[in-house]
Amino acid sequence: MDSNALAYSIGSIFAWAGPVIFGVIGETITEKAGVINLSLNGSLILTAMVGFVVGTVTNSFVFGFLAAAAVGALVALLIAFMSISLNQSQVAVGYVLAIATKSLAYFLGAPYVGKPVMLLPQVAIPFLSSIPFIGPILFKQTILTYCSYVLIFACYFWIYKTHQGLILQGVGERPSAAYIRGVNVNLMRYIYTGIGGALVGIGGALYSLSVKTWNGQLSGFDGIGWIILAITIFGGWNPIRGALGSYMFVVLQYLGIVLQPLLPKVNSRIFQVAPFPLMILALLFVNIGNADWVDRTLAGLPENVRRTIAKVLRSMKTSPPAALGIPFEKE
Amino acid sequence: MEKDKTKNPNQNSFLTTLLTNRFSSLTLAVLFALVFTSLLIWIMKANPIRVFDVIITGAFSSVDVATQVLQAWVPLLLASLGLMFTFTAGLWNIGVEGQIEMGAIFAYGVIRIFDGTETSGVIVIILSILAGILGGAIWAVLVGLLKNFGGVNEIFGGLGFNFIADAVMLFLVYGPWKPEGVANGSTKMLATQYWLPQVHGTYLSLWALGIAIVGLIIVTVILQGTYFGLKLKAVGKNNKSSFLLGIPTNRYMLMSFLLCGVFAGLTGALQVTGFNHVLRNNISGGYGYLGLMVGMLANIQPLITAPIALVFIAISKGAASLGIDLKLDSNLAGVIQGALVIFVLIMDGVRRQVIKLTKGVQNG
Repeated sequence: MDSNALAYSIGSIFAWAGPVIFGVIGETITEKAGVINLSLNGSLILTAMVGFVVGTVTNSFVFGFLAAAAVGALVALLIAFMSISLNQSQVAVGYVLAIATKSLAYFLGAPYVGKPVMLLPQVAIPFLSSIPFIGPILFKQTILTYCSYVLIFACYFWIYKTHQGLILQGVGERPSAAYIRGVNVNLMRYIYTGIGGALVGIGGALYSLSVKTWNGQLSGFDGIGWIILAITIFGGWNPIRGALGSYMFVVLQYLGIVLQPLLPKVNSRIFQVAPFPLMILALLFVNIGNADWVDRTLAGLPENVRRTIAKVLRSMKTSPPAALGIPFEKE
Repeated sequence: MEKDKTKNPNQNSFLTTLLTNRFSSLTLAVLFALVFTSLLIWIMKANPIRVFDVIITGAFSSVDVATQVLQAWVPLLLASLGLMFTFTAGLWNIGVEGQIEMGAIFAYGVIRIFDGTETSGVIVIILSILAGILGGAIWAVLVGLLKNFGGVNEIFGGLGFNFIADAVMLFLVYGPWKPEGVANGSTKMLATQYWLPQVHGTYLSLWALGIAIVGLIIVTVILQGTYFGLKLKAVGKNNKSSFLLGIPTNRYMLMSFLLCGVFAGLTGALQVTGFNHVLRNNISGGYGYLGLMVGMLANIQPLITAPIALVFIAISKGAASLGIDLKLDSNLAGVIQGALVIFVLIMDGVRRQVIKLTKGVQNG
């Protein structure tokens, strides 16, 4: 493979990473506020359908993305309403919506299968895209892929460098303390859940309007929502680490496709499954540092070995926002 | 309503009763779900009444379809029953789908070993069902161990193992277990001596049906009549306090995974010997995912799973003919089922909030 073709195929990885990045950042924001949006797998498919249908019917990308963002926000707000205002389990509501929105997408989207396709054009950034090798990879993408780069850092900046971000962290970590300081905890949770859902919606539409089109059965996309939830954990609720996790995932998936011809006897669908055992392993790595038995086992090892292992475990370990999934009640 | 107003100074008393009564609140929920799905059907330019008619006819109009519904009710009921254990312990065993698949793989594997030997069919069927139970249990316990010792949330552990089970299944049916010459995602048909007996001319196996009903009784007894069930409930209600009170919570959670896996494995085994008579891709048929919704509505009362599972499976089976009759996508079944669960949860939440508010009014 010559370097141009290689750059082109790596470029396609970054394109495919766009929807994943939007999903991970959206979910990170939502969970930072203490709400789990478990519906991701369904809402991504639903918004992919909505983005495609509205986009093709109105012949406008803008309307397609806006509609998808609105639907994504709506699904997320339903979870917020049912968990925050009606005290139902976030996991229960999220699970049902993950299943139901997928059915809804296939039901409502069925007549639009096979409609003429429009794909978001790639825009080469002048000057930057002519950098050898890296240029075509990073800077010959769709506008929304560029947005995903910006989003990662904007989100990081918002959470860790602004006053509003501090409030967001407070709402997710110690809601009662935030409340005492005059923060309307539940309102903040509604807002961030809605924003997160809208970002997820843009991710869904980005998939159907730039990566693959709506063909009634998004087999390559189905399951990604669950992976995104896992990447959010793997990323330790940090946008930059989450983005790195996303790119790692996309590269691994790409390797699966590239390596497949080497094992022609194995059914191609088995390769699609490969990310999931890796997901478990990744979660195991970031969580195992929290387990008691690990500490106990480590205590029996020689000091220098123990220290090295503990250091490695600590560097990988992540902990969720302290109030994640827990309803806030002012007493 | 006018009368109510004069009787009670509280203007909304009729509405309050309507919303706080369990029965009327549930009826409203079902009504809203039907209105919501009717709206969607109307958007799709179809007549909602016609659609519901097709679904009901598709599920109950003849003995033939009704027995198919009953046959499909068995796996859904068994999967939902297994989930009663994990739900009681406060766990989300999404892995149930893969556990069913593993049960089917193990059950088929045993029959494959004995195929062509002199061993009597009855013994092979019993062994294969036991193997299926083992397969489901192993797959469930793995998720439990990952949660207990690795800190991996059971939702992700379970999902991961679902996809791994998928991969194992695909590998087997397209690889070593594929019938000679073709690779169509299915093994060759079992010899008839390894089939559970079926009612003549239908797909219904009374044996499978009987096993499901015995399962229903067993789960009800374990959860509502034993000390184990009581402790499991305590673990689910308040894990920390139960631990402090001396219940080995980790062991109880693992036990609930094991029991759920037993039922899921049984489901898979019955799918092989009782209904499909082959091992094929998608043999778990989404019964696990649907079972989670049934279990959610049943609210850890095993007996209620039976009617809910029947309604859900009737919707699924009835909707299958929508494509032929009305050119609508059969995924409408999932939409109706999802809407039912969502509206039941909403009305339940509203009911509790209203009770809380009215109590507050009385106290203040």
